Amino acid sequence: MSEPTGVIHDIGYQRYTGPRLGRREVFGALYLHGVRTAFGLGRSAKAKIFPWLVVGIVLMVAAAVTAIRSQIGEVIMTYAQFADAMSWLVIFFVAVAAPELVSRDLRSGVLPLYFSRPLPHADYPLAKLLALVTALFLLLGAPQLLMFLGAAFTADGISGVWDELLDLLPGLLYAGLWAVVFASIGLLVASMTGKRAFAAGGIVAVFLMTTPIVGILSVLPSQAANQLAGIASPPTLVQGVGLWTMHDLLVTESNTADLDLGAFGPVYALVAVALVAGCVALLLARYKKVAAR
Amino acid sequence: MTLIATESLTKVYGGEVTALSDLTVAVEPGIVGLVGANGAGKSTLIKLLLGLLTPTRGRIQVLGLDPTVDTAAVRARVGYMPEHDCLPPDLSAAELVTHLGRISGLPRTIARERASEALRHVGLHEERHRPVGGYSTGMKQRVKLAQALVHDPDLLLLDEPTNGLDPAGRDAMLALVQRIGTEFGISVLVCSHLLGEVERICDTLVAIDGGRLLRADHIAAMTTATDVLAVEVSEGTEALAARLAALDLPVGREGRLLLVPLADQGTYDLILGAVAELDLPLHRLDQRRHRVAELFARRENSHV
Repeated sequence: MSEPTGVIHDIGYQRYTGPRLGRREVFGALYLHGVRTAFGLGRSAKAKIFPWLVVGIVLMVAAAVTAIRSQIGEVIMTYAQFADAMSWLVIFFVAVAAPELVSRDLRSGVLPLYFSRPLPHADYPLAKLLALVTALFLLLGAPQLLMFLGAAFTADGISGVWDELLDLLPGLLYAGLWAVVFASIGLLVASMTGKRAFAAGGIVAVFLMTTPIVGILSVLPSQAANQLAGIASPPTLVQGVGLWTMHDLLVTESNTADLDLGAFGPVYALVAVALVAGCVALLLARYKKVAAR
Repeated sequence: MTLIATESLTKVYGGEVTALSDLTVAVEPGIVGLVGANGAGKSTLIKLLLGLLTPTRGRIQVLGLDPTVDTAAVRARVGYMPEHDCLPPDLSAAELVTHLGRISGLPRTIARERASEALRHVGLHEERHRPVGGYSTGMKQRVKLAQALVHDPDLLLLDEPTNGLDPAGRDAMLALVQRIGTEFGISVLVCSHLLGEVERICDTLVAIDGGRLLRADHIAAMTTATDVLAVEVSEGTEALAARLAALDLPVGREGRLLLVPLADQGTYDLILGAVAELDLPLHRLDQRRHRVAELFARRENSHV
């Protein structure tokens, strides 16, 4: 007869004397949780459908562009143009991810559980914002990396790869700009309501409703108004900054930009910075109020 | 060490609504009951203890620390269970409590271990892997308690933990709170508008009303002094009252009942002896433990 090898004891409650991590690690945990949430990881299968549909589409587009380039040698899209071409997908992704990140928590009333913990009230929105920026950057950056790998393997020698890399880096920076601007607007809108459907609608509305303003301004008889028209809507604002900083990469023979900035390029950049700063400030103010409730 | 100490603590919202007014109280570690009607200032006091609000005037200390200054240090050692629903329905209890454990500063693997331990201690076992949305109210309350417990705090702040529970659920929750306070060695502040509930489990009772302190004392000090023996005889009540008075017992009357303060076990013998000597038919003789409620009854009635 064999002896029992293990006996289960109820050892009762155990006090914890181990390490307690600091603000940075806690921020990191919240941030990582946010990035996973944006892609539906650790959520139900239903929450994964939309994010991965968008990821699938952008990767497929990138694969197609790469394949065409390697077969017939024609560059359909530069790295920087890729972000512009995918702008509507990015908007829809934000409209789903931002409410998932913040509206859900507002609705379920879970925030008191966060704000009663050693987490400064600014850390919660900042971690969520950084998570959304990261998710958008991955969404736009990963396909570019795929295009780069495709191009690098078909390039002639090391100098060809180097040229590609010099094209890729501005493209990634541009993707980062898209990510920062769209994430800060989207998260601010989503933080206003606990209803995810309203938040998603609000985000799409901000981007949709401002587009006609650009259209109206660009047909006014004033040249300055035409050249500043792009500021009125986030997507054209970002494109304006892109055109000003890396004109050659965005404007190619096959793809001429319809946006004429004139001498107002720096204005676009300043407005973009002010927009992001304003959104972040409002977001922080919003959560300062929420935390005390 | 003093668990919670306030000194002339005052909180005025927006310069108009006074939620707490000149509250001075000091309580020792143990299970503390904080009672008061809705709007008495209980939740405001909890928020001040957590450093979520800053006092308008006065001072407050939790575990020897000032929550307005050492906010993070206080919160690391305090667990908070809010009154209202606060659980995302699509997460499982295990995921939620693990995540919140990490937000409290526990390393990843330890957070997972302590989350399942905390859930086991509150009585959730296999169901902890199911989404919280499908839980009963009683199970949700247990999850709320587990998340307050996951980082092993020195003080638990429980805001109406029996809210929405049926009588059996209330008893189970109170028994759990009592176990945490006695066996786990964690001090607990239990908020409730039901005095009868908290007086059963707490060592210290703090009663507030309209933002002011009614009374704060050890529960023992509030109850022992008021224990009385109620005597009822079918006839000869007057004779017995006279006889007991002759024995130097301060006799009170309440309808057909004679009330005699219980000094010690000898009081029983004196009464029984008197009844036997007068040969009266004794109807009943029992010890009446005055409920704390009676101490506040007059004041509470005036506000209902």
